[in-house]
Amino acid sequence: MQVHRVSRQYVIRKILIMIPSLLGISVVLFALLALAPGDPFDELATNPAVPPEVRAALRAKFGLDDPVWMRYWHWLIALLQGDWGFSFVSRMDVSTLIMQRLPVTLIVIGASQILAILIAIPVGVLAATRPYSLFDQIANTFAFIGFSLPTFFTGLVLILVFSIQLDWLPFVYRADIAATGWEFYWEHIKQSIMPVAVLGLFQGAALVRFVRSSVLDVIRLDYVTTARSKGIGERKVITRHVVRTALIPVVTLVALQMPIVFSGAIVTEQIFRVPGIGSLLISSMLANDTPVVMGVTFVSACLVVIFNLIADILYGWLDPRIAFR
Amino acid sequence: MALVSAFALAVILFAVLAGPFIWRVPINEIDFTAKLQGPSWTHPLGTDDLGQDLLSRLIYGGRISIAVGFAAMVVAIFFGVLVGAIAGMSSGRVDAALMWVTDLFLSLPQLPLLLLVIYLFREPVKGVLGVEGGAFVLIVAVIGGTRWMSAARLVRAQFLSLREKEFVEAARALGASRLRQVMQHILPNALGPVIVVATIDVAAAIIAESTLSFLGLGFPSDVPTWGSVLRDAKDYLDIAPHWALFPGALIFITVLAINFIGDGLRDALDPRRVL
Repeated sequence: MQVHRVSRQYVIRKILIMIPSLLGISVVLFALLALAPGDPFDELATNPAVPPEVRAALRAKFGLDDPVWMRYWHWLIALLQGDWGFSFVSRMDVSTLIMQRLPVTLIVIGASQILAILIAIPVGVLAATRPYSLFDQIANTFAFIGFSLPTFFTGLVLILVFSIQLDWLPFVYRADIAATGWEFYWEHIKQSIMPVAVLGLFQGAALVRFVRSSVLDVIRLDYVTTARSKGIGERKVITRHVVRTALIPVVTLVALQMPIVFSGAIVTEQIFRVPGIGSLLISSMLANDTPVVMGVTFVSACLVVIFNLIADILYGWLDPRIAFR
Repeated sequence: MALVSAFALAVILFAVLAGPFIWRVPINEIDFTAKLQGPSWTHPLGTDDLGQDLLSRLIYGGRISIAVGFAAMVVAIFFGVLVGAIAGMSSGRVDAALMWVTDLFLSLPQLPLLLLVIYLFREPVKGVLGVEGGAFVLIVAVIGGTRWMSAARLVRAQFLSLREKEFVEAARALGASRLRQVMQHILPNALGPVIVVATIDVAAAIIAESTLSFLGLGFPSDVPTWGSVLRDAKDYLDIAPHWALFPGALIFITVLAINFIGDGLRDALDPRRVL
């Protein structure tokens, strides 16, 4: 019971810490919007049919002449109430548009993170248990190659090999697959393989090095020697004693990598034409659809903050010492 | 590995710097009879859909991409060292506030933010500085402005430990001003890890620039950079794969070489680090 109460306090504290950072993000976004030249009523200014008095009245009505802090306040209230504006291009509310696109992005990001973890943990642990062996050196070299390859280039190479040369996988992601049952799922999995692989391999390459150095840090500790000296088999020492401790910092790293994952997701969605929020961001930028651009940027910033929160909570759960501090 | 990489990087640098004097084909000479051709003697890296020579376009693009990488690194390191030094020397509120801002910037998604700033400020900057110059200044400023955080944290940590060391105390006892303590005694000793971060920042900035150009929000199409050549090439993957493979491979080799050099520098500069 005692532990439970402390961890709830810890969670509440972490949530309270999150609020100022969300406010900070909203200030940064609003400042960018307010500093950017250009005025929604510019078009009216050049239109001779609109007299200047009407323009001034419109400006006053929409509060464009108010002091900056008041405009920020109105903007923030509207944002919190879910009133994110109207997309000029798609002719629908920004919030509906984003909600339509968000699940696809979350699935792609989630699947690629799982792939990254599934690659990074075994490879990193194996490399750390045999430092400077041939396997370690090969793994290290591949990790370097993996995170030096820009995602847009890996994506194109995969398309070139698997779609054009071998003709195994489709390279355009389609939301309207005319099939039912197993075939429907199979088609979806087939078209998701390449985007997920591109993102997952990139993330995995970055994680391998973290896992390796984290395991190396733990493997030297006294309690591991104690476990060994008790006669527990090497395999069990690694899986039960070392890996569990070594993965705690890796959890934080996975969360801290989220901004990078989002950047990668934007590029991958653009290459494979995945209908997620990343491709929405690019297409609305190219179409000058400012409300959507602001909405997507804010949503991705919020997601990053939320992932950080989840990591903090997991961290407190995995390592009780943190929650007591 | 670091030595091999340094050699590879030197070759690329030499090629993009001296290339235009050796390979004199103009970057925008349009020749429809030779469009989408693979590598040949007249066009060693082939041609694009307008029959423009890829070798000279990639040489020119390499100059821009690498220049952006280095310039953005300088901006990022400058701000990082500035913020880190101020936070490390002042304790209490200033330090806490600066570190809060640093953490805030670290939790912002970098690419959406980059894209947003370029989206909002592209037109006005272009009006002031011209198409190419405007894009260059804006991209360098934005990439540098979103990458200073790791340097700032590193410099702060170094300052916090260095400022209590005896040799700084001795300088203080001799009446050295704060500025002199920082410039003469603390900063030079804090630079080792900063150099490593700076190296890796160059690679990250090159990737960031290529990503922006690839997405169509960096340099305009008529200014060839490695990223924008790749963007133009992606619709012709099936008939002209060489067009995409050469710029992509160049970005990859450059970034990989810089990363390996950074890793080598880390090993050389920090003997305490156990691997």
